[in-house]
Amino acid sequence: MVPANRTVHETPVTAARLDAESAEWLQTLAETCPQRDAALARLHEMLVRIARGEVARRGPRLRITGPELDDLAYQAAADALLAITGKIGQFRGESRFTTWAYKFVIFEVSAKIGRHFWRHPSVPLDAEDWDRLPDRFGFDPAQEAEWRDLLAALRRAVEEELTPRQRVVFVAIVLHDVPLDALVAELASSRNAIYKMLFDARRKLRVALAANGYLGNDTSRRS
Amino acid sequence: MNGWSELDRFLQTDPRDVGCAQAMELLHIYAELVAAGALAEQRYPGIAAHLRACGPCGEDFEGLLAAVRGGAH
Repeated sequence: MVPANRTVHETPVTAARLDAESAEWLQTLAETCPQRDAALARLHEMLVRIARGEVARRGPRLRITGPELDDLAYQAAADALLAITGKIGQFRGESRFTTWAYKFVIFEVSAKIGRHFWRHPSVPLDAEDWDRLPDRFGFDPAQEAEWRDLLAALRRAVEEELTPRQRVVFVAIVLHDVPLDALVAELASSRNAIYKMLFDARRKLRVALAANGYLGNDTSRRS
Repeated sequence: MNGWSELDRFLQTDPRDVGCAQAMELLHIYAELVAAGALAEQRYPGIAAHLRACGPCGEDFEGLLAAVRGGAH
């Protein structure tokens, strides 16, 4: 994984000329603009619409329904509005203003769904239910003789190769199916930090399993 | 054996993966490129690699793309 503090050799971000609609948003949302309140109301209305669409899109996979889902959408829109007005000076016109604004409300929906997970937690974070591992990866119970050693080696590698923090993250996400954003909320961390821990854990475990002949030696995927 | 390949797939990591912070920072640009049919993956291979591997960022990308395309209307 490319370290966050290293330059990525991809197309550099360049300031772009604003389209007319984005320019109007910036103009009317300026603190000195007499139409600012109307623009904020219009932006909020748009964010609510996007948030409701997003929770409806994700709804079938969530344990949240009805008024609670709608409430989550309204909270996400309100928090996104605050974030957008606070960061509007960072908008550089590389996309339409509305796309940039939508991003905030989508992120707020994700964060709120993550926090909601712990209202009805199904597992304590310190539990380690290794019996769930075969089912997690779809190993056929009828062929246990063929995969028993592999999973035992994986468990040993988790215990011996991972740091305590990597192990907590691996166990929560892999053994207990805790959503990554829920773990972010529980550990008061960031998505980037948790993902990086899991990324490093995956890499270490694969190296360990490959060294012992359980998996092939190719260490990167180029798909 | 499905389990072996599924476990192997999960443990594979892509060195181009830029991580969540950078992907989230540029997600609005990436989504507009995809919505416009431009070569987003070629322009931002590290973000493409990340979105393939990171469930939450992939989900956010799908949501943003749906919003840009008007699917949230």
